[in-house]
Parts: sequence; structure tokens; C-alpha cells
Amino acid sequence: MNETVLRIRGLQVAYATPSGMLHAVDGVDLDVARGESVGLVGESGCGKSTMGKALMQLLPPGAEMAGSVQLNGQELVGIRPRELRRIRGEDMALVFQEPMTRLDPLMKVSDHFVEAIKAHRPRTKKAEARAMAREALMQMGIPPTRADNYPHEFSGGMRQRIMIALGIVMRPYMVIADEPTTALDVIVEAQILDLLDRLRRDEELGLILITHNLGIVAETCDRVAVMYAGRIVEVGPVEEVFTNPQHPYTQGLLRSVISVDTTELSSIEGSPPNLLNPPSGCRFAPRCDQVFDACRTVDPVLTPVSTATSAACLLHPGADAGADRRAAAAQQMATER
Amino acid sequence: MAAAPTSEQPREAAPVETAPPGAGLRSRIEHAFRPWRRANPGARYLVIAGAVITLVFLVMAVFADSVAPFGEDQYCAAEFFNAENGACIGVGPDEQIPNRAAPSREYPFGTTDTRFDVFSRVILGARVAFAVVAFSTLFAMFIGVPLGLFSGYIGGKFDRVMVLAMDAIYAFPSLLLAIMIAFSLGLRLEQLGIDAPYVPAAVAVGAVYIPQYFRVIRNHTLSIKEEPYVEAARSLGASRTSIVFRYIFFNVVSSIPVLFTLNAADAVLTVAALGFLGFGIRFPTAEWGLDINLGLADSVAGFWWTAFWPGVAITLLVTGLSLMGEGLNDIINPLLRVKGYRGKVKGGARATMAAVGAREDAAELDAEDGAAGLEGNR
Repeated sequence: MNETVLRIRGLQVAYATPSGMLHAVDGVDLDVARGESVGLVGESGCGKSTMGKALMQLLPPGAEMAGSVQLNGQELVGIRPRELRRIRGEDMALVFQEPMTRLDPLMKVSDHFVEAIKAHRPRTKKAEARAMAREALMQMGIPPTRADNYPHEFSGGMRQRIMIALGIVMRPYMVIADEPTTALDVIVEAQILDLLDRLRRDEELGLILITHNLGIVAETCDRVAVMYAGRIVEVGPVEEVFTNPQHPYTQGLLRSVISVDTTELSSIEGSPPNLLNPPSGCRFAPRCDQVFDACRTVDPVLTPVSTATSAACLLHPGADAGADRRAAAAQQMATER
Repeated sequence: MAAAPTSEQPREAAPVETAPPGAGLRSRIEHAFRPWRRANPGARYLVIAGAVITLVFLVMAVFADSVAPFGEDQYCAAEFFNAENGACIGVGPDEQIPNRAAPSREYPFGTTDTRFDVFSRVILGARVAFAVVAFSTLFAMFIGVPLGLFSGYIGGKFDRVMVLAMDAIYAFPSLLLAIMIAFSLGLRLEQLGIDAPYVPAAVAVGAVYIPQYFRVIRNHTLSIKEEPYVEAARSLGASRTSIVFRYIFFNVVSSIPVLFTLNAADAVLTVAALGFLGFGIRFPTAEWGLDINLGLADSVAGFWWTAFWPGVAITLLVTGLSLMGEGLNDIINPLLRVKGYRGKVKGGARATMAAVGAREDAAELDAEDGAAGLEGNR
């Protein structure tokens, strides 16, 4: 259970913009074990989806990536395109946000599977590929008789299940689900999450669930990583983080959750910083309700606050120790470029 | 519903399949013709008229040898004509086809000064026109479409260079380009001793149309490649070739039929122009442009029929193909389709009473159209 499938170290993603490089992901470390599901949460624009795409290397042209991503010990950053193509879909799959637009409207559902399978095993017979497709669909609760229908003949929830089936048909080690239920209603959402959870347990695959819905994370994930302004500010077991949040941002996020008992809406004042020119010191300092002087000059790093949880906040002793380490990493990225 | 086996169910018997085997194919055909049923009647008439004209010429071209009373280079009755060396054996001038005879029952379109039957040459000319047009547009399509697909998908410097090259060809006067290609290719083939009379003209005409296919396909590809399902395909490990030919191609291909028919119309004209100027098909093969050239001197002298009928043939075929192209454009392009319907409802002569019912119909249609659009776009 403790075998690490995905190992991310110092992942940085920068977009070239007219006014300079924008570091959407800035030095993220994360491990995902076999059969473990990690929730990646944070508000919009904090780099969650960018990170998901970076792991699959589906970034738009003009984006740069540095650091290290290892899948089963194989380094993915700087990998040759042919190798990358093999890994996509076969070892690692991505489930996208909007299932309505992710299937080619002119291709039968079964043909999507045939294409995906043949991309990895060119010598598979068509009948065999179709059988695999039917099996994967059945696993996702879609009757195999509908394999030859076109995408527009399915509802949104069914399409998302088809997308998941497409992702897992090659039995990958890792699935990255990028807000897989955002476009779906709550009933379907529960079904999809249930499916993902079952898959993870049955197939022992690692799962990164990117979402801004903390309820989903509480329900389906083992660990949670909270992202803010391109960095992970707190990471740990879901129960620990949600019952006893250590970082002011996590606390703010949890306060903002709306439930049936909510009588008053709460939110975090302000908005995430401009990543073209991030504030010196802690990136959350301008919005933090527990801010003190050092926050504006010292950049905190992730430090263990309990056996399993780490947080990047100067409220916890030791968080200022790695300031030089961060500077060194930035230096290294600059020289690599 | 007869359980006729169709190509859709060749697999092992699907046990839970409830729909009868014929239904799938039938509904699919009905679905394919939906734009046709939806189209406004004007567009449908255009297509029907164009198709009828084109079909008549096509039948003429295919059965030219049995329809035409004489061969293309025949100037006496068939029993005396030696097709091998083109000589009339054992007959005097009287038994030959008369020279410059006015249209009559025997020679419906008259005869030329070299004793050819104009009617036969017009019919046999259709064969050349179709052969050259089909070859040239296919040639242009097979080069222009893949180039456009890859140029659009790969982008970057390759795309820039391709666009520049195609614009250069496009900016060049098309007839001049065709003449140059036909002339140089003809010479080259002659040097190599290859006897292929249609090829230079066909290649010349085809080369002129490559940029058109390239542009349309490239621009369409540029928008399709940003579609989420293309990214999804990449995330599943699809290769560049399979993305281009399996995912993008079928989403782009709908723009080809209209271009094809319109280009075919234009190609008829270009072939005729080449023939007229003497760079196309060589005498004695029957070709409309060439025949007009040969008949020029006659028309000044009052023998109007030698140049008139090939001219009519060119005009008719070009009109037929253009009508078909314009009509198809109206039918295939959903924007024009919807507009056409609204126009009809508003502009209809029997105003209010009819409009109420019609508007309901139109609303229904719009709703369906919207759904169809979503399917298409999403």
C-alpha cells in the first residue's frame, strides 16, 4: 500500500505572457501511493488544473515545465514524445472537466475505444478491442449494447462514465480526475465519485482528484493537498486537515463551505495574488487574518506540524528554515532555461 | 419491418439487441437526409436542376460511343470509314459527310468544314470534359486536403511556409499558370515518349485548384484542433497521424462537397480555355474549347453552328454544376438553412394566418436545429 506510484518534486510550470513568465505552479512536491487517492483543492486560478495538465504534459504551446515527475520511477519531465505518447492513456490517464465536449461527435463510442487501444497496441484485432470496450463500459455501468451509439445519444453523466472507461481501458497506474463532476448534478456526481472510488480500490490505482468541492474530498480521498497561488500550503490526511486545519488559508476555505446548516456566508477577503509578480514573503499574507510582520518578508516552506500533516505557515516553527532552499530551486530553473 | 441483414451487424449475434437489424441503417439514412428535408425549397430546386443537367451530360459522356451517330474524327458513313488510319475507303466526296452542312435531320447540329458532325463532337466532348474535370479536381483534392490538414494541425513555421507558397500560387493568374504547366508538361511527356493526351491539361487545371482546398481545409482544421475532444484524444496517447485522419478529418470533410462542385464548374471553363488557346487537348480529339477555336473562322463567314453548339454545351454544364454547388452550400451550411426558413415564413404571401402555424413549425425546427448544432459543435 505504501509503494509510491507518482512522485512529484519541485514541479514548476510557467506560461509565457507578454509581460513575462507567469509561474502557475511554483515548486510543488507530492507523492501518491498505490491505491491512494489524493484530493487537490484550492480556489479558482491557484494552479490545480495546470498541474493536472502538466502531469500529462498537455500544456499549451508556450508553457514551460521544470522539476521532476516520476511515474513508477520513470522520469516524465523531458521525456521523448514517443515515450510520452505510450505513457499517456496506458500508464496515466486524465479525466476532464467537461464530458460533453470530450468525445468526437462523429465517432461511435466503440470507435473511441478502438482508437485508444490501437494507439497502444497496434496489433489488437478490432473484435478484441470492441470486447475490451464493452467490458470497460460494463464496469462503468453502461450497457454494452450501446457501445455503437454516438456521443450525442448519451447524457452528461453517461458521457463522463464513458470518459472514465476510456481512461481505464488500458489499466493505468494513475488517474488524474480534473473536476470530473463539475458539470453534473449531485446524483450523478455521487455515482461518478463512487465509481472512481471503487476503481481505485479494485484496481489499486493512484488517484489525484482535482476539485474545489471540499465535500467531495472529505468523502472520497485519503489525503488532501491544499493549493494556493501555485504552491501547496497544507497537505495531510483528510480527517486531520479538515478537523484541525493548520494553515489560515485552509481554515478560511473550510469556513467558506456551504452546507445545510450555513446561516451566514463566509469567504476569504481579496483574491489570489498576481503570479506575474508574486508578493515577497508569504503569498497568502495580504489576505491572512493571522498575519504578522515576518509574513511579509519570509517565504514559508512546508514543515511537518504533526506526524502526517505539513503546512507552510510561519505560525509553525521551522517554516522559515527552507527559504534559501526555495531560492536555490528558482536559481536552478532559471539556469535550466 | 423485414429483418434484412445489414452491414451494421456483422459481429456475433448481440443477444440483448432489441432493434430489428434493418432499423439502424434506415434511420441512419433518414438522418443523413435530414438537412435535405430541412432545406428551403429554393435550395432544393437549385440542386435538382443542377443535378439533372449534370446527369444528362454525364450519361452522354458515359454512353458517348453509342449515343453519337459518328465518331469524333469520322467524315464518312461508318461502313466506309477505316478507324485505324482515318481514311474513307472506296467512296467519292459525295458519299462523305457534306462539308459545312446547315443543321438538318441527318446532322442535327450541322457539320464543320472538315466534314465532322458537330452533334457527335459535342457529345464526345462531354467525355473529355468529365474525364479532365474529374481527374483535375481529384488531383487537387488529394494534394490540397492532406497538405491543409497537416499544415493546420502542425502549425508554426511549416504552416507559415505552406500558406505563403499557396498564396503565391493563388495570386498568380490561374489561366496563365495552367498554360505554363500544360505547355511544359506536354513537352516533357513528348520528350519521354509518353502518349497521354489528357494528362497535361488535367494536371494544369488541378494545380490551379490546390490552394483552394488547402485554404478551406487548413482554416477549418485550425478551429477543430482546439476542440476538447482532440485534446482528450491526445491524453489517451493518440498519434499525430491518427488525430489528423481519425478525429480531425471527418469533422472537416463536410466543407469539401461544395468546393468540389464549384471547382468542377470552374474546371470545365479552364479546360475549354486551354483547348481554345491550343494548349489543352490536341486535335482530332473532340473538345469543346478546341472546337470553338476551329469554328471561329466559320462564324465570321456565316456558318454559326460550328462554334455555337460547343459553346452551348460549355454554358449548360457550367450552369448545372454551379447550381448544384450553390444549392448544396445552402443545404449543408446550417446558418444559411435556418435563415432560409425564417425568410420563407416572413415573406410568405398568405401572411398572418399561415404564419402562426408556420411559426410553430419553425420554432420546433429551430429547437431541433439547436440540438443538432450542439451535437455538431460539442
